[in-house]
Amino acid sequence: MLDVIEKNLLKEVAELDSLPVGAYNIRANGELAGRNTTANIDIVTKTDKPGIDIYIRPFTKNESVHIPVILSQTGLKDLVYNDFHIGEGADVTIIAGCGIHNCGGGNAQHDGIHTFYLAKNARLRYVEKHYGEGDGRGKQIMNPTTIVHLAEGAQMEMETTQIAGVDDTIRKTSGDLAAGASLVIREKIMTTGDQHAVTDFDVDLNGEGCSANVVSRSVAKDVSRQEFVSHINGNCACAGHSECDAIIMDNASVIASPALTANSVDASLIHEAAIGKIAGEQLIKLMTLGLTEKEAEDQIVNGFLK
Amino acid sequence: MLELRNVGYETDDNKEILHDVSLTVQERFVAITGPNGGGKSTLAKVIAGIYQPTSGQILLDGVDITHLSITERANLGLSYAFQQPVRFKGLRVKDLLSLAAGKNTSVTEACNYLSEVGLCARDYIDRELNDSLSGGELKRIEIAMVLARGTKLSIFDEPEAGIDLWSFQNLIRVFEKMYEQTRGSILIISHQERILNIADRIVVIKDGRIQKAGSRAEILPALLGSADASSPACSVLTDKVEGVRS
Repeated sequence: MLDVIEKNLLKEVAELDSLPVGAYNIRANGELAGRNTTANIDIVTKTDKPGIDIYIRPFTKNESVHIPVILSQTGLKDLVYNDFHIGEGADVTIIAGCGIHNCGGGNAQHDGIHTFYLAKNARLRYVEKHYGEGDGRGKQIMNPTTIVHLAEGAQMEMETTQIAGVDDTIRKTSGDLAAGASLVIREKIMTTGDQHAVTDFDVDLNGEGCSANVVSRSVAKDVSRQEFVSHINGNCACAGHSECDAIIMDNASVIASPALTANSVDASLIHEAAIGKIAGEQLIKLMTLGLTEKEAEDQIVNGFLK
Repeated sequence: MLELRNVGYETDDNKEILHDVSLTVQERFVAITGPNGGGKSTLAKVIAGIYQPTSGQILLDGVDITHLSITERANLGLSYAFQQPVRFKGLRVKDLLSLAAGKNTSVTEACNYLSEVGLCARDYIDRELNDSLSGGELKRIEIAMVLARGTKLSIFDEPEAGIDLWSFQNLIRVFEKMYEQTRGSILIISHQERILNIADRIVVIKDGRIQKAGSRAEILPALLGSADASSPACSVLTDKVEGVRS
């Protein structure tokens, strides 16, 4: 049974008030806390290392899998390897997320290594949310690694959000795409206090007509630091686009390093990066609508990260 | 009623932009006109609280608002449509209309405000106020926000600029309807004869001073008459009579 703190974490990361419908696997403090499989979706515990294999049968449609991880014990370091095998022509949603509540003096750390194998023409929407809370001195640390292999015609949309409470994170995402495959990544990050966040994307566009679009929006407050690194490698006739848009506030620091490599004359690659403070005229406009400066700032930041 | 008493404004490097401006706004429509660079937009910003006057007093319904913030003035019932609307990445038209109305705007309400300014709500309520909107679209949304506020004093800085295909008649109808609903004064900065034509009072500002002020009947003929005399103020007027293309 989950306690109140664990239920709250579950709500934050997976928007779940109760056990989800469909397949799920809930990991709490390094242990299995609940699992359900369906006729089309199987979840199997790995025997050689911590983690699970999730198998989705070919042509499974409109089903979802929830795989939240929650940590509420201080000093716990949790490492999992989760592999997702999405069958040909399937069309599913996977909702992952990690919530840490650390009220002790030790660090609480979750490192999730997620590998996706999308078979031909499979479609996946992958939603990942990271959240930390706690009033102790210990840090909340998360280092998610996502590895994506897209077969011919496969499509994956990844939405990753880290809005609050994660002290230290290194988020690595890498992918390789076969012909006609498409990968869209939307990342939202907000750092406060002295938090530190690094995101690193590395995508190989290998098959004719494949495409990748990496869009990152971030807000850095207080004295927090963020680094955004992206490498898009176009090895054939393909399309790649990366966009990093950051609002910097207070005494924060943001580094954006988008890189493009074209190994084919037919690779069409674009990157955009912008870092700036909230425009004074935006604040003034909202103040003329009756908002205080602080309310205006919150609206602008929330809208930007929505 | 808005009252300005001997309002002056100097920039930090001591450049005088407004000099001894005294003005009351209690009529339905008051138009402020005059040559570019004459201080019209600065005056609007001083009234809205964006600039603090360096001398004089501003009163709204007898309350001294000279030292109140932008937010406090807005909450006392002052609205201001910018000459150049601001873009917001991530905030949608519906969000801005809700903020303007001070409550969560329903789709029907949003639809009403937007159709007033000639936009089809269905196409716009979920659009972000980002670079994907044209200047003219932003300008109409800016006007819709003031409609959503429905305050006792609304200031429009060149509302006609950038609105090309949408007729002036509609813009004028928006002002008339707004007055019917709020019974509040509408202060419009404009060079447009057709807008000056509906004004109950016209104020001409030049070189930071009120050059003349009076009823439409007193001011407009002289303004138009001097257009041929190559006065800079009025050649702008005649240029713009056929509509602004920008």
